[in-house]
Amino acid sequence: MVVAQQQKSGAFQVLVGKIDDVLQYAIGDPMRYLANWGRLYSLWPVHLETACCSVEIGAAAGSRFDMERFGALEAFGSLRQCDLLIVMGTVTRKLAPRLKLVYDQMAEPKWVIAMGACSITGGLYFDSYNVLRGIDDVIPVDVYVPGCPPRAEAFLQGLVLLQEKIRRAPSLSGR
Amino acid sequence: MTLETEYMPDADRIMSVSLGPQHPGAGHFRIKLWLDGDYVVRAEPDAGYVHRGEEKMGEYRNYTQNVPHLERPVILDSSNILLPYALGVDELMSNKIPARAQYLRVIMSETNRIISHMYFLAIQGLFLGHTTLITWCMGDRDFWIDFAERIAGARVTFAYIIPGGVRNDIPSFAIDKGLKLCDWFDKRMDEYEKIFFQNPMVHQRSDGIGVLSREDAIAYGATGTVARASGLAVDVRKDEPYSSYDDFEFKTPVMTQGDVYARSYVALLDMREAVKIIRQALKRLPPGPVRLKLGPQPRVPAGEVYSRTEGARGEMSYYIVSDGSPRPYRLKIGVPSAKNLRVLPVLLKNVHIADIPPIYWGLNYWPVEADR
Amino acid sequence: MSNVQAPTSPPPSKPTSVAPQVATTPQAPPAKLEPVRAKAFAAQITSAFPDVKVDWMKERRLKVSTTPARIEEVGIFVRGTLGFDHISTVSGVDWIARNELEVVYFLGSSTPGQEDFIVALSEHVARDNPVVPTMVDVWKGVEYHERETHEMFGINFQGHPNQSHLFLPEDWNDLPPLRKDYVSPGR
Ligand code: SF4
Repeated sequence: MVVAQQQKSGAFQVLVGKIDDVLQYAIGDPMRYLANWGRLYSLWPVHLETACCSVEIGAAAGSRFDMERFGALEAFGSLRQCDLLIVMGTVTRKLAPRLKLVYDQMAEPKWVIAMGACSITGGLYFDSYNVLRGIDDVIPVDVYVPGCPPRAEAFLQGLVLLQEKIRRAPSLSGR
Repeated sequence: MTLETEYMPDADRIMSVSLGPQHPGAGHFRIKLWLDGDYVVRAEPDAGYVHRGEEKMGEYRNYTQNVPHLERPVILDSSNILLPYALGVDELMSNKIPARAQYLRVIMSETNRIISHMYFLAIQGLFLGHTTLITWCMGDRDFWIDFAERIAGARVTFAYIIPGGVRNDIPSFAIDKGLKLCDWFDKRMDEYEKIFFQNPMVHQRSDGIGVLSREDAIAYGATGTVARASGLAVDVRKDEPYSSYDDFEFKTPVMTQGDVYARSYVALLDMREAVKIIRQALKRLPPGPVRLKLGPQPRVPAGEVYSRTEGARGEMSYYIVSDGSPRPYRLKIGVPSAKNLRVLPVLLKNVHIADIPPIYWGLNYWPVEADR
Repeated sequence: MSNVQAPTSPPPSKPTSVAPQVATTPQAPPAKLEPVRAKAFAAQITSAFPDVKVDWMKERRLKVSTTPARIEEVGIFVRGTLGFDHISTVSGVDWIARNELEVVYFLGSSTPGQEDFIVALSEHVARDNPVVPTMVDVWKGVEYHERETHEMFGINFQGHPNQSHLFLPEDWNDLPPLRKDYVSPGR
């Protein structure tokens, strides 16, 4: 093995690297861009309300703010088809294992928005005996939307930020 | 689980299913169902997914610091849950609330009643397969939120009603806007009635479903819209008028069918009365100050008080025990959702699976509120 | 207010020192209303059960306290004869200084004319072995309220159909959180 690898000349390796690069530029990048562009405007959120912030999601999905025009559906459908998990506020000790279960069941690629002070740090409930101080220990988070509750506009901005992140995703897998 | 087999008529045919907490028809709440084919044999609510220990937190904070976190459980109805707290603390401290503050408290809690009922009707429309109602209600609810935002400066969590009065005065332009909004909304509610409440499809889906008799409503301690839809005329605003509610003319809407339709319709009638009260209060707003200066750490004399008001969902009550220190010794929050929760297993018996969402939401049950 | 004691700090010498009514125009102090109805109800209860103690009376409120051994009889009397058939809520209080737990039932009424009245029926039980009878047979609606009081204070309601956790997580293995000697982890 070692001998065979050493026998490959430097010039050959450079050539392979060049072909790799060319293929990457010619096919890989457009493919990645196309795939992520397709994901970006068809985000399907899971319907997992966790606390009071879900009221502002209701408002954002309502007819004034209308989050469908940004390319995210109102939260319906099966968990298995969804690719966006919006954690709408406080996660308690009872809900945390279920949150993990929901996240694990979703198909890749998947993204998480942590909405509200509660899901970021525990917020107002920092000294409660039953509330997690932030959800980072349970699931990975892509976008944080601060506020208590965040206004519907703030949530929409978070959604747009997430789309920006997906557009710039470095790999074909969307992450 | 011995409990499950105890109730089962024929154990092989019964299937147990968990509805929620992740389910479009549930939301931070789980119902354990035992099904026989398409019929629900038995249901058991499993709450506590949003239990945040408000009552324990209340013992760590002083009477002023308690205001913001106490309104979070009922974010749809945030003024109505602060009002009994303020009334209780006022009673313990023997505060004399200025007349203008009393009126502003009424305006804010009635506005909140409309905001809460609009959300309720929106989701009820969704569960009954009536998409028009959800878009209309969610859109029109925002006008009332705008009105409340003009008064209090926040979208849903106002922290407006505080012990000793209200936080700030109403700006004069908000009064005109409010009166215009009342007039417009009166006409708008007629349209709601036409498109939703006189709709034969809605009648078919909700008439005679989930019937709660008057006797059961009393026995299980139902309150608010649920009790009033079953012919039980409970309304704390009428029974023990607080905050100058005896100045206004309004009725307590009562229906006798006790089904899902009645529970939705009572909400609409409630909103009509709320608009009436807001209009009267805005027109007759007395001049004067809006709050007493209590200092950052008010001393509350030792004593006990049980104060209650009528929130959008029903009777909100606080049991405050003070030992003379700056913090409450015990703060019990009695919320209507927790009171109505006992009704759910009664209603979910011998019903179709498809009727579960309207029955569940018809109770106007808000899990965050029940769990506290 | 005989049973309100300061367990941690003594009550302040001046009770209403910080309530300067800066903003108000001077108003006559509110006339103290005699709690006529509360007195009438209290008289009815104490004539039937002489050992029931009246804690406080207000215009629309009455609190009486009794022992766990007697509470069922008193409850049936309050519900049947006085007509308080609607449960408003149930609360527990931890009087750690006196080594006692208290359970309070707040009872409303659907009888015409007394809807505005609330009777608070309380019982005291030792903190070490808090066992009280359940009131589910008297008011069906207390079931979940008692379940909550059980998990929050560790009070055992004998005869209760189901005392599993309602709000706390299933695997909670600490002290009941609303007891005074339980300290929140964030504090
Ligand atoms: S951030 Fe505020 S509004 Fe959101 S869940 Fe927490 S307390 Fe509720």
